[in-house]
Amino acid sequence: MIEVAIVLLPLAGAIIAGFFGRLIGNRGAQLVTCCLLGLSAILSIVIFVDVALSGNTRVTEIFTWIDSGDLELSWAVKLDTLSAVMLLVVTVISTLIHVYSIGYMAHDKSIPRFFAYLSLFTFFMLALVTADNFVQMFFGWEGVGLASYLLIGFWYDRPSANAAAIKAFLVNRVGDVGFALGILGTFVLFGVVGFDQVFGAVSGMADTNFVFIGIEGHALTIICILLFIGAMGKSAQLGLHTWLPDAMEGPTPVSALIHAATMVTAGVFMVVRLSPMFEYAPIALQMVTYVGAATALFAATVALTQTDIKRVIAYSTCSQLGYMFFAAGVSAYSAAIFHLMTHAFFKALLFLAAGSVIHAMSDEQDMRKMGGIWRLIPVTYGVMWVGSLALAGIPPFAGFFSKDMILEAAYGAASTHGMFAFWLGVAAAFMTAFYSWRLLLMTFHGQPRADAKVMAHVHESPKVMLIPLLVLAVGAVFAGYVGYEAFVGEGRVDFWRAAVLVLPGNDAIAAGHHVPTWVKVIPLVMAVAGIGLAYVMYMLRPGLPAALVARVRPLYLFLLNKWYFDELYDAIFVRPARSLGANLWRSGDGALIDGVGPDGIAAATRSLARRASRLQTGYLYHYAFAMLVGVAGLISWYLFSQVG
Amino acid sequence: MIADDLMIVLPELLLAGLATILLMFGVFRGNRSTPSVLMLSVAGLAVVFAVLVLRPGAHGDAFGGLFVADGFAVFMKALVLIGSAATMIMSLRYFERKQALRFEYPILMLFATLGMLMMISAGDLMSLYLGLELQSLSLYVIAAFRRDNLRSTEAGLKYFVLGALSSGMLLYGASMIYGFAGTTSFQALAAVFAETMVAGEAPSVGLVVGLVFLIAGLAFKVSAVPFHMWTPDVYEGAPTPVTAFFATAPKIAAMALFVRVVMGPFGDFVGQWQQILVVISIASMVLGALAAINQTNIKRLMAYSSIGHVGYALVGLAAGTEAGVHGVIVYMAIYLFMNIGTFACILCMRRKDVMLEGIDDLKGLSKSNPLMALVLAIFMFSMAGIPPLAGFFGKLYVFLAAIESGLYTLAVVGVLSSVVGAFYYLRIVKLMYFDEPGESFDQPVGGEMVVILVGAGAAILLFFVFPAPLLDGAAAAAAALLAG
Repeated sequence: MIEVAIVLLPLAGAIIAGFFGRLIGNRGAQLVTCCLLGLSAILSIVIFVDVALSGNTRVTEIFTWIDSGDLELSWAVKLDTLSAVMLLVVTVISTLIHVYSIGYMAHDKSIPRFFAYLSLFTFFMLALVTADNFVQMFFGWEGVGLASYLLIGFWYDRPSANAAAIKAFLVNRVGDVGFALGILGTFVLFGVVGFDQVFGAVSGMADTNFVFIGIEGHALTIICILLFIGAMGKSAQLGLHTWLPDAMEGPTPVSALIHAATMVTAGVFMVVRLSPMFEYAPIALQMVTYVGAATALFAATVALTQTDIKRVIAYSTCSQLGYMFFAAGVSAYSAAIFHLMTHAFFKALLFLAAGSVIHAMSDEQDMRKMGGIWRLIPVTYGVMWVGSLALAGIPPFAGFFSKDMILEAAYGAASTHGMFAFWLGVAAAFMTAFYSWRLLLMTFHGQPRADAKVMAHVHESPKVMLIPLLVLAVGAVFAGYVGYEAFVGEGRVDFWRAAVLVLPGNDAIAAGHHVPTWVKVIPLVMAVAGIGLAYVMYMLRPGLPAALVARVRPLYLFLLNKWYFDELYDAIFVRPARSLGANLWRSGDGALIDGVGPDGIAAATRSLARRASRLQTGYLYHYAFAMLVGVAGLISWYLFSQVG
Repeated sequence: MIADDLMIVLPELLLAGLATILLMFGVFRGNRSTPSVLMLSVAGLAVVFAVLVLRPGAHGDAFGGLFVADGFAVFMKALVLIGSAATMIMSLRYFERKQALRFEYPILMLFATLGMLMMISAGDLMSLYLGLELQSLSLYVIAAFRRDNLRSTEAGLKYFVLGALSSGMLLYGASMIYGFAGTTSFQALAAVFAETMVAGEAPSVGLVVGLVFLIAGLAFKVSAVPFHMWTPDVYEGAPTPVTAFFATAPKIAAMALFVRVVMGPFGDFVGQWQQILVVISIASMVLGALAAINQTNIKRLMAYSSIGHVGYALVGLAAGTEAGVHGVIVYMAIYLFMNIGTFACILCMRRKDVMLEGIDDLKGLSKSNPLMALVLAIFMFSMAGIPPLAGFFGKLYVFLAAIESGLYTLAVVGVLSSVVGAFYYLRIVKLMYFDEPGESFDQPVGGEMVVILVGAGAAILLFFVFPAPLLDGAAAAAAALLAG
């Protein structure tokens, strides 16, 4: 039952810290959540060895959840290589982030609440990755959305944090509609929601059509596109990415958790988990590839111009997720998960290091106000280098192995969308290296641009923050090298077993191992070139960026404003919705429902009451008159109605 | 023969004798004797009550059908006696404090009560009028009983003039009925009308016009719209114990008479009078609900409240069925207890020996006098018809009867107006519980008040636990009326 414990221990931590935080105090809450999650991480290692390395894949049913008519499903923990990898990544990274948070959030007012949310977030993610049916996955999926809302809006007294939290929640809802429709479509098509049953029946349904919103189409394609829309929302792909940069309003450990271990990886995980369905929906896979590649490039271009240290890293996440998606799109699912794993390490590292910088700079996030601090915080500086090298894809750091594999697979797929993804990916790799070094150089080198008071206060973070950084740095160095053989190398068939399905003829990874040498070299060349360019622009000729900006100002503004996505959405969706709401509120609710309804009836009653009491004049002859009129009226009415 | 008749009217005989003896007693002993006269009157009422209730066999017609004693009459008379006795007890201290004790007061109440008993047992248009006038004349006098008080005399005068007008209408109606039917006896009328019905003829127009006039006269007595105009003024102007009396016993007697007349001789003409009653009932409910909202004087408010309650009771009567009559009886019984209790509360509203009548004077009562506030809140919730208090069941039965008879409009209007009416009842509760208290009322309120308050409160509160005595009694009474 250790798999059940892995999932439930973080929940227990969340409940204890959340409901009894006052009782056990800050220290108690930190201790309980960190220990329980640490235990969960250790158990995950055991499970990883047992399941992924020894091949004991299994499904552990906890209890029947719904048994109604045709719908039958259980709470269960599905263990195969895919979920074992995810369990390991999620629990390890989350544990490190928990520990880091002890130092980072030391001065916060509501520490137990923070740790409760972190653990809750982790629990939902674990429930998601261990689901053996669509409905449990949806539960985890929505739970992750909820927890992200709570954490992004953790500092609820800041309007910007609330706005960001609501934005994240709403944008995710858009994707979730797609996901929910996809699940319903699956149920309509297959009549079951268990993964194993559905996957077993997929090949028989490969040619089935059904009608969706009046359009008859290939059933699996429609379902897979709907599911992918859900993944786009959760994983911040182009179009539904706008929430991710704003999510920076949460505390930095939250950003690390969202970007590395939980939440955004859910979309990639889902596509890989459902690989048996996507394999039979080639058009959906093409769409995944195009969207992923476009996101990879788009986010990289935006990251070039951002000045907020966390936003740069946020857009880099967006970009890297694009890589993962187009890897999945060319059927290189294992490469996608491989990159997910390595990315988890170096992205968590980058975020936590950025948090350490922000911590040192007295909560300053603008890179234009940093610089010249590398000697003051050497450990942070060092791990930032490691993270950037890994991100840029310099060997032998983790990102090199996974990103190269993805690009090779994209080339090896030998299809239009594969080539599209390959070239966009190469371009994005160049930009990635450039903005990574731009970040490094602006933050740590050059003349100090912060004021003297801040500079005097710059200090290395406490050990409780540095140790997780160092652990993650080790992961960022070695994860790629260690994992390569098993994840995407020769041992991959034995490693993955039935966890992912790749149809014969779609095996882009195999093809990726046999691409021309220039294909293998070009990403590295691009990365080095990007680093070199950044070095020239920000170290050797510091005036160059400004001059360049002056030359191509419209392009710069276009990138700086994130391709005007927010403005576009504001004009298309937000403002019409607001004005519709305001109109309905004023005229519909205020004037019509309140005015005619409660207020109107009350006013009418009052005015009738006034008139009724005015009838009572006090004059005797009025009273007598009323009586006579009354009797006359009754008689006449009677005569007219009955006799006449 | 005559002995049998006398046995049947024994309660009324006792009451008449008692009233006469106490009158002599009072005349000889002067106003000093008022407390003893009053206590003796109450004791006498108790004796009459016992005689009435403990002789279940003494039913039948007396004096050639002029007087009817049946289960219905016994039940309604019992209610009337309770109302009279309770209001009599409540009035003692009031008049003592006002130094307006006069021995005629209890005597007049006794005569009024006697009139009511006669009304309830009326078996003939003549005896109907006899009882009605005996009651009315006594009430005119006690409405103006504080003759040094301008408002009291005004109230008495208004009541007298309008009452005379209504009596005129009633008599005019009675004469038309006699003219077209050739008899005044209810039994004979019923037989004549039954023949008409059997023959398949419509009743003559003149007869129905007479019936309308008769109904107008009765509607005046129960203060149904549009014959209600006297009620607020008289309720406000009359001394408070008199108002309490007006609001209870005469209403019940008049309603009983109303029921007996329209269900008895005119029972076959349901189709003729039903619409008139529906109109009167709707008008009463709506006006009672609306006009009360603006009132600031609690006695005036209670006047409109009683107009509304009469409207609800008439819903049951308009149904024209046994279930409807049952509903009316239940409603009036519950109404009696609610009103006795509420007026007992009003009589306790005094500060430094000054009687208060403003609704605002109740502000914060829950803090200065929690028990009284609780009891008054029970009465208010009950009047508003909120379950599980008795008032809810009263409304339930009449509305059920109306729906069974297909009078959906009437039931819907009734429910809606009871919603509106709930406003002013609940406002009193709100004043008592949520507003800042003023000065507290004088304490103690007196033992007899506590007994009445607690008794009426318990009756209203616990009705839903022990509904059987009232429901069964009312059912038997309704069955007895329609059997006879």
